[in-house]
Amino acid sequence: MSKQTWVDLAYLVAAICFILALKGLSSPKSARNGNLIGAAGAAIAVVTVLVSADLRHLPLILAAIAVGSAAAVPTSRRVPMTAMPQLVALFNGVGGGAAAIVAFLELKSAGGGFPLVASLFTVMVGSVSFSGSVVTFAKLQELMTTRPVVLPGHPILFAGAGGGAVALAAVAFAKGGASSSATWCAVGVAVLSLALGVLFVLPVGGADVPIVISLLNAFTGLAVAASGYVLGNVLLLIAGTLVGASGTILTRLMATAMGRPITSTLFGALRGGSTAGATTAGSDRPVRSATPDDVAILLAYATKVIVVPGYGLAVAQAQHTVRELADLLAARDVEVLYGIHPVAGRMPGHMNVLLAEANVPYEQLKEMDEVNPQFATTDVVLVIGANDVVNPAARQPGTPISGMPILDVDQAQNVIFLKRSMRPGFAGIDNELLYQTNTTLLFGDAKDSLTKVVSALKNL
Amino acid sequence: MTGGMGLLTVFVLAVFVGFEVVSKVSTTLHTPLMSGANAIHGVILVGAILVTGEANGAAQTTLGLVAVVLATVNMVGGFVVTDRMLEMFKGKKR
Repeated sequence: MSKQTWVDLAYLVAAICFILALKGLSSPKSARNGNLIGAAGAAIAVVTVLVSADLRHLPLILAAIAVGSAAAVPTSRRVPMTAMPQLVALFNGVGGGAAAIVAFLELKSAGGGFPLVASLFTVMVGSVSFSGSVVTFAKLQELMTTRPVVLPGHPILFAGAGGGAVALAAVAFAKGGASSSATWCAVGVAVLSLALGVLFVLPVGGADVPIVISLLNAFTGLAVAASGYVLGNVLLLIAGTLVGASGTILTRLMATAMGRPITSTLFGALRGGSTAGATTAGSDRPVRSATPDDVAILLAYATKVIVVPGYGLAVAQAQHTVRELADLLAARDVEVLYGIHPVAGRMPGHMNVLLAEANVPYEQLKEMDEVNPQFATTDVVLVIGANDVVNPAARQPGTPISGMPILDVDQAQNVIFLKRSMRPGFAGIDNELLYQTNTTLLFGDAKDSLTKVVSALKNL
Repeated sequence: MTGGMGLLTVFVLAVFVGFEVVSKVSTTLHTPLMSGANAIHGVILVGAILVTGEANGAAQTTLGLVAVVLATVNMVGGFVVTDRMLEMFKGKKR
């Protein structure tokens, strides 16, 4: 067989590995091995290209790979599980950036026709994905405000950046990829697309960030697929397309979970009104607060308790303490379930990951449709660091979360909120539920509060 | 099979395979799915290596090397993070 055949064969094996990696995720049992198979596929692909292609600057390339690995491995090992969403966003962004650079360097060899269109497309989408992901990262890491940001004239800026990028891409196409004016146009496309990415993510707030991460993931996938087309590399094409498909499905699932079209998620704030009246300041309306001992007694004499976890659980790293509490309650014959809202946390399935870390059995994790009919027969709902996903304001029109299906926590006998302060949730709107007469608040860091409740429970 | 039509065929088939495989992923594993898919598009590293290997001059080479570093971070970091998440799911089913 010729060398090229071996190379193609190796890429095919790598592509199969990627498909198996995704297939492995159909069950938690096979998932980890699947991921290792995927990593093996990636390793095969990289080794293949390093040994087969006639590469200049090989020592530098190897050094760059070493630098990248040295940066990535310790970070990914050490980052707490709670910071996963922003890390995933960041990794997604750098992938998009890499795809944009690859396509930019390929402009000259793309020449014209479809390959040139594909490279310009990749420069644009990759740049949007890069800057969008960086802003998402900054929002999740709380380096900037987590609330929707709408600049003056935002829609015009947005349309200007988008239209400008497309127009410059058209000029570059007309000039042909090999010309130096095309290179400068492509630089312009990249700059405008970076701006577009920022403008795209800034107005997204509330519980909508998971959708954006997933959408940007799909974008990067498409950019990689398009660069595979430009390079004539089947592996990149397949891998990118798989990711594009998975990102699209996830985005659609989440948009459905939030009960509104994806466009209103992304552009709702731009239309104005939706963030009006939103406030970051706490309200001074009276609420009922309690001590950990009161909460322990309430829980101990319940027959059914549903725990509703949210981002606050993640921030406080309270998943293990929750498990401990649930075990104590189970020992007292209290039925404990977990009500998981599809967009609780900052990533789809975020709560499932955290609770799995604490060894909570899957059977106790109930999805929204399954758990909602049960609230009416529940004695105590323990809301830990969740807010928007239980906010009854979603049932009324005119709020940023209107139309989002919520957990019907307000139907339970008693609701206990573990909150750090009276500050509203990510969507920045007040929660009527906090002022209900059957609601009790326990202020403080979720982990501290839970630890106190646990020790109070032990002393009962 | 590297002609335009061949690539288009591969693309269309990959779309179907992608939708087919991903729609079977359980809700519990949506976070690892996102992170795993994220790692997979890190394979852009192959593209980054190829273009850097053909680069002429300092500017192109530097840009290419930046792409290699970024893609490596994406790929290696993605797989490591996904593995860490999945570690916690292993053997919990009782």
